[in-house]
Amino acid sequence: MSSSPAHPQRIVVIGNGMVGYKFCEKLVAKAQPGAYQITVFGEEPRPAYDRVHLSAYFSGTTAEELTMAPVSWYEEHNINLHLGELVTGINAASKIITTHKGLEVSYDKLILATGSSAFVPPINGVEKEGVFVYRTIEDLDAMLAYAPKARTAAVIGGGLLGLEAAKAAMDMGLTTHVIEFASRLMPRQLDEAGSETLKKKLESLGISIHLNKSTTAILGDPGVRKMTFADGSELNVDMLIVSAGIKPRDELAVKAGLSVGPRGGILVNDALQTSDPDIFAIGESALHGGMIYGLVAPGYDMAETVVTNLVGGEKTFKGFDMSTKLKLIGVDVASFGDPFISEPNARTIVFEDRIKGIYKRVNISEDGKYLLGGILVGEAANYNMLLQTVQNRIIVPPDAEDLILGSRGGSSESAGAGVLSLPEEATICSCEGVSKGTICNSIKDEKLCDVASIKKCTKAGTSCGGCVPMLGDLLNATLKEMGQEVKQVLCEHFQYSRHEILDIVKVNNIRTFDELISHHGKGDGCEVCKPAVASILASTWNELILKQATIQDTNDRYLANIQKGGTYSVVPRIAGGEITPEKLIVIGQVAAKYGLYTKITGGQRIDMFGARVDQLPDIWEELVNAGFESGHAYGKSLRTVKSCVGSTWCRYGLHDSVGFAIQIEERYRGLRSPHKLKGGVSGCVRECAEAQSKDFGIIATEKGWNLYICGNGGAKPQHAQLFATDLDTETCLRYLDRFLMFYIKTAEPLNRTATWLNKMEGGIDYLRQVIIEDSLGICADLEREMEFMVDTYACEWKEVVNNPELRKRFQHFVNTPEPDPSINFRPERGQKVPVI
Amino acid sequence: MLSTQNPDTRSSEVTYWFKAAEVSAFPEDGGACVKYQDQQIAVFNFTRRNEWYACQNMCPHKQQMILARGLVGDQCGEPKVACPFHKKTFSLITGENLNGECYEIQTYPVKVEDGFVYIGISE
Repeated sequence: MSSSPAHPQRIVVIGNGMVGYKFCEKLVAKAQPGAYQITVFGEEPRPAYDRVHLSAYFSGTTAEELTMAPVSWYEEHNINLHLGELVTGINAASKIITTHKGLEVSYDKLILATGSSAFVPPINGVEKEGVFVYRTIEDLDAMLAYAPKARTAAVIGGGLLGLEAAKAAMDMGLTTHVIEFASRLMPRQLDEAGSETLKKKLESLGISIHLNKSTTAILGDPGVRKMTFADGSELNVDMLIVSAGIKPRDELAVKAGLSVGPRGGILVNDALQTSDPDIFAIGESALHGGMIYGLVAPGYDMAETVVTNLVGGEKTFKGFDMSTKLKLIGVDVASFGDPFISEPNARTIVFEDRIKGIYKRVNISEDGKYLLGGILVGEAANYNMLLQTVQNRIIVPPDAEDLILGSRGGSSESAGAGVLSLPEEATICSCEGVSKGTICNSIKDEKLCDVASIKKCTKAGTSCGGCVPMLGDLLNATLKEMGQEVKQVLCEHFQYSRHEILDIVKVNNIRTFDELISHHGKGDGCEVCKPAVASILASTWNELILKQATIQDTNDRYLANIQKGGTYSVVPRIAGGEITPEKLIVIGQVAAKYGLYTKITGGQRIDMFGARVDQLPDIWEELVNAGFESGHAYGKSLRTVKSCVGSTWCRYGLHDSVGFAIQIEERYRGLRSPHKLKGGVSGCVRECAEAQSKDFGIIATEKGWNLYICGNGGAKPQHAQLFATDLDTETCLRYLDRFLMFYIKTAEPLNRTATWLNKMEGGIDYLRQVIIEDSLGICADLEREMEFMVDTYACEWKEVVNNPELRKRFQHFVNTPEPDPSINFRPERGQKVPVI
Repeated sequence: MLSTQNPDTRSSEVTYWFKAAEVSAFPEDGGACVKYQDQQIAVFNFTRRNEWYACQNMCPHKQQMILARGLVGDQCGEPKVACPFHKKTFSLITGENLNGECYEIQTYPVKVEDGFVYIGISE
């Protein structure tokens, strides 16, 4: 038999959603070239996009970024794609489909991937203006257009999609309510206690949750104004999003005479064949074993099944695990295996922490050997391992509670040796159906050395991304097994860690990036290693960073913070937050002269926004002349040392916190480090300077100063830890010198002090030995190196202002002095803001 | 004298060489922005490779006029620029997005003659 038949088989796919697209992707990957002629119809105006991450559209992700593959992909694979075209009829006898444009296409095999639509319950008033469903990008655009008129939104439906819609409403700046008919949130995934934990978390984020609520009417004319409920209560809303479930799109199948279920859905067998053997249904429109699968992973598995059988292989679809993990508005929620099974069929272990908002439940088989399922709310890092433990029937440890609590003492191996203990056939990526064996073999055979190339090569981790941490674990374990040293390297250009590069720079007296990469690296560098090396060079030699402007990130290159629209913001140093009225007036005058938007920062200084790149040197000339210097708000360097007003004014103050904060800020100003550094000094235990949320914080005591280190605010807040107590000023500064320089020398790029300490073996006790007891014998060096940095400090802006050559670099165009014409502003609350 | 020219094969389609600026206007191993009619074009003086590149100044990710201020480098030998806003990277040869996303940028041929940088326009 020839490898490719004389006439290509004609495949018509109705529906270009995620599953319809995945079918095409899998078919072109497996088929002999030319074996199939594929025609796809999608009724939406754009090619298939990622509906799972739809809510990201509200936080700035574009429609293009959500697209599964651009139109050109279909062209490259000779797929005939008809967008915005609705298939209106199937003639199963003559094997022809008809579209609303009157086009007729013959098929040999027909794939129905028609998906689902939002189920809208028949509530009085549901047709009113301001009521939306949450399904397509067009739905989202309609909501975005309406939202400015609204202040309060309600979502009907507290399931997975409903909570996604609530996040979208929150992102649009609306007061948000969730209305659920059942007695709990996510009723398909969570039990009462899990729902309660999630509810508390969501309420703390400002979302109101109403359970056991049956909506009776939607009032308002013409737009929605109020909802009424069966229990007699009411809620004022001006926007409503209905997310009460899905309805399979089976109308075409019904018209064609195919069998459908009593409550909808196209009936299919284990090969996904409908009642006509040449017509298949996959995804949310298919009814298999009494189930409609509203998740993407089973849909992909269905696509895989049909493709495998088409190309001559053998595969059946035997139902699918409905396990799922997602991050809802920042809260991890996971449900796996059978989450609800309980006594007498299983024994359950429950862990609940009402302070942190964590709920975990695992269901263990009666004989105590197997994990049957469970629920995780608030913390779901173990989800993948637990799911694998269920799916591969791995024997659970004798102390089964270790599964959710981790091993506490005793043998460190018992709580499961992680991903390594899984069998080769264990599915790691359930979206793409990639096994552990496939991943490990590609790492070995293709010599993969990072997670990105595993994703590219195996497709694992490319859909929901939930398994990406396991990919990292598998990579490290496999490389180790192959005898390769697993090493933290900077990027493809340097086979060294940051710490090693710092040593190389120092020992070889290297002053430039070019010299370093020519002798100790390869290639031409990139956006990862250039700023990292720039930071190392600055931390070692403290030379003007603009000597090598083009290895700096843009903020450092222009000594200002880039903002939306391409303008910059300017922050002069106001050490300790102390400023004279005269200097305040200068800032006001400069801001007014250049029309800058001004805002007080979190670090007790003033940020001036909206400066064009060509205005920066002029603005700084005026600031420098008035006695200001750079605030280094643009650098990975010391930002501010925040202070409370201290003993000078405050009746509680013990010492002069302002004076000490200024002394510290001036000592470390301009100090380049692996990440930004913030400090704080409080004059008493009331801690008004919030010093315990800083990289270093100092709090006055009766006897001196308590020193806290390695805290930060931001995305992952962490309190600073008490490092040493009742220090005198001189000792406190000496410890700070040593601590900061040790951090600068040993941290990985872009690791803040908290992350650095979290990774440090031995933790804070070890750090105390190094810094206080000098266990490594390096303290004299650290102090000398810090002294060098302090002595060689110079204000970068002062140097630029006085150097005509450097000033010339602050121009938008090199062939005309005119500014960037694309910059535009509009007024808001009496100031200007960018128009994007 | 024709010194360096990037490997862009579209040089043959150029209908007009726009005289942008002197070589010294472009920082070593970095970029600068050139105005051509009402377009903004980023030009890169890739000194380490002794090569010149040009591309649109707008990053297609968030439509910001910024690529000229991006860091240049290479990915497995392919010369690239990284947008300063969100570190999206693009091939300076093909304009392809190297993060696997589906937008790309337009690139232009560049030549250097008698100390001046020229951008190849084909219209």
